Amino acid sequence: MSVLVFAEHQDGKLTRAAWEAVAAGQQLAREEDDAVWAVILGRDISALANQLAQAELGGVLLAESPTLAEYTPDGYAAALQQVIEERQPRWVVFSHTYQVRDFAPKLAAALNRGLISDCLGYRKEGSSLIFIRQVFQGKFTADVEFTGDPPYLVSFQAAAFRQDAVAPGQASVTAVSTNVTPETIRTKPGPRFREARQAVDLSQAEIIVAVGRGIKAPENLELVKRLAEALGAEIGASRPICDSGWLPMDRQIGSSGQTVAPKLYVALGISGAIQHQVGMKGSRTVLAINKDREAPIFEIATYGVVGDLFEVVPALVEEIKKAKSG
Amino acid sequence: MKIAVCLKQVPSRDSVLRLNRAGTWIEEVDISYEINEPDTYALEEALMLKEKHGGEVVVCSLGPARTQQAIKEALAKGADRALHFDDPAFQGLDAWATARVLAQGLAKEEPDLVVTGLQSDDFGFAQTGVILAELLGLPHSTIIMEVQVTGRALKVKRELESGWFQWIEIPLPAVLTIQSGINKPRYATLKGIMAAKNKPIQRLGAADLGLDAAALVPRQKITRVYVPAKRAQTEFFAGTPKEIATKLVDKLKNEARVL
Ligand SMILES: Cc1cc2nc3c(=O)[nH]c(=O)nc-3n(C[C@H](O)[C@H](O)[C@H](O)COP(=O)(O)OP(=O)(O)OC[C@H]3O[C@@H](n4cnc5c(N)ncnc54)[C@H](O)[C@@H]3O)c2cc1C
Ligand SMILES: Nc1ncnc2c1ncn2[C@@H]1O[C@H](COP(=O)(O)O)[C@@H](O)[C@H]1O
Repeated sequence: MSVLVFAEHQDGKLTRAAWEAVAAGQQLAREEDDAVWAVILGRDISALANQLAQAELGGVLLAESPTLAEYTPDGYAAALQQVIEERQPRWVVFSHTYQVRDFAPKLAAALNRGLISDCLGYRKEGSSLIFIRQVFQGKFTADVEFTGDPPYLVSFQAAAFRQDAVAPGQASVTAVSTNVTPETIRTKPGPRFREARQAVDLSQAEIIVAVGRGIKAPENLELVKRLAEALGAEIGASRPICDSGWLPMDRQIGSSGQTVAPKLYVALGISGAIQHQVGMKGSRTVLAINKDREAPIFEIATYGVVGDLFEVVPALVEEIKKAKSG
Repeated sequence: MKIAVCLKQVPSRDSVLRLNRAGTWIEEVDISYEINEPDTYALEEALMLKEKHGGEVVVCSLGPARTQQAIKEALAKGADRALHFDDPAFQGLDAWATARVLAQGLAKEEPDLVVTGLQSDDFGFAQTGVILAELLGLPHSTIIMEVQVTGRALKVKRELESGWFQWIEIPLPAVLTIQSGINKPRYATLKGIMAAKNKPIQRLGAADLGLDAAALVPRQKITRVYVPAKRAQTEFFAGTPKEIATKLVDKLKNEARVL
């Protein structure tokens, strides 16, 4: 086996991240001209294993145990360590989700191996694979190589591989036994919950004016409100603005906030970190105003202004008002 | 409660970063540094826990001499003392090797709780805290947005994707990685800055920790750093603010059709 893919599931369903990892694993396996397997952990999940088996795979490994009924980092790391040591894949592939962030570094350390996390993709150079990941919050990209012996653990950023790229097939499911005792698991997880229902639903908004740390101080939000009013837009924000309490949490857009897809998304003083982009990249038109030409937001902007928002926005408000009244 | 806070000094957000000539990292001269953002929240959480439950807050930072500035800031905010891991052998370590050094230094300290940030702004591994937990043999939880002490255990609120959360019960000693926004980090007071002058900073090198080069061989190495390829489609507008605004309004009206 050259590639082993970790398949995440939630609420009785395989997640999009699971399929993206399968797509990544299939592609890696083609480079190696070898087989890719998937592994799924839990309890009473044979139906999910059968769904996974609809992909072109060497096989699906199904590890069921009462101690794996709920996700815990201790349980998952212990079970996967056993599977990896027994099957000896060369590559172990993950999607860089919150769950994977929670246990994969522990697993790598327990195996005494490395994990290259949150990769955008990889490149083949000669016989070695170079992994590509963002550093400095997306301002730069880095080529990264593993040193030392396999197995090599790698996680890919959301949407780095597409779930519709998964090659279909008919694989068999193999039950594997793992020995994860209740004592192994030191933490006790509670149920998943959401905070009191959000007051604003930005997912339906046609126009959103979103503000980031470039606004500098809470009193400057007045300027943002004026633009939003002129456009008839809802106001959104990057995480630091909500973290500082300048706007309520339910205005936050991104991986830990809301996902939006308006006709127009105006990003004011937002750098465009990946965790923000995943929440708004479905927008039809993106206008970014940022004084830094290198800001990652310009990678996905339709229209860009490299400049000071405090100069551009007042002028924009005036012109919009004129256009609307004219 | 004895609480260790791992904090890292990173280039400040306002510094203009340039690549070094070899294209292997950034040019480190002429930029300013600050405490990694989530780590300021981790420090605040530690200070609040100490205020409520008593104990001691120990800052742990690995980095060159300039790191002293970050350490002093943490001491000025109220941390009691610091371990500064500084050695030429500690340059350019990956998450695994960084955690290895921190674990070696922390093992003797036997803290009740170790807090780290969830991710560094420069490397962005999102790994060091979790690896540290494994090396110390401690349970951990990540991306934490609230901490409650319940005797010799904690109840922590873990952030999940898209606005979901989960409470986790975790026995002490433990390691937590802290998410930005968990609290409101304080500023250092003048009194705090004065008091920090007398707080001990212990400098520890590889030899002090009994670590040799073989113990610190990284698991991954960066071979090249570069500016990401830009999507060519972005249409840029320049000119006076009024000129820019006129052109934008034309686009929003006639192309994007949102006016
Ligand atoms: C697990 C996790 C989850 C996260 N979830 C989210 C999330 O849901 N949503 C989210 O937004 N972030 C999230 N983040 C944080 C994210 O990584 C970034 O830190 C954050 O999005 C940055 O916000 P920002 O762009 O406002 O600030 P910065 O990155 O500081 O950018 C500020 C920008 O303003 C520009 N600027 C400054 N002054 C001006 C001016 N006068 N005129 C014009 N431009 C100016 C600067 O050039 C800069 O690009 C998450 C992080 C993690 C690790
Ligand atoms: N050099 C360092 N010194 C102290 N703490 C560190 C160091 N590097 C990483 N950390 C801690 O580990 C966290 C995660 O970093 P990273 O794994 O690089 O994303 C940071 O937020 C810090 O709390």
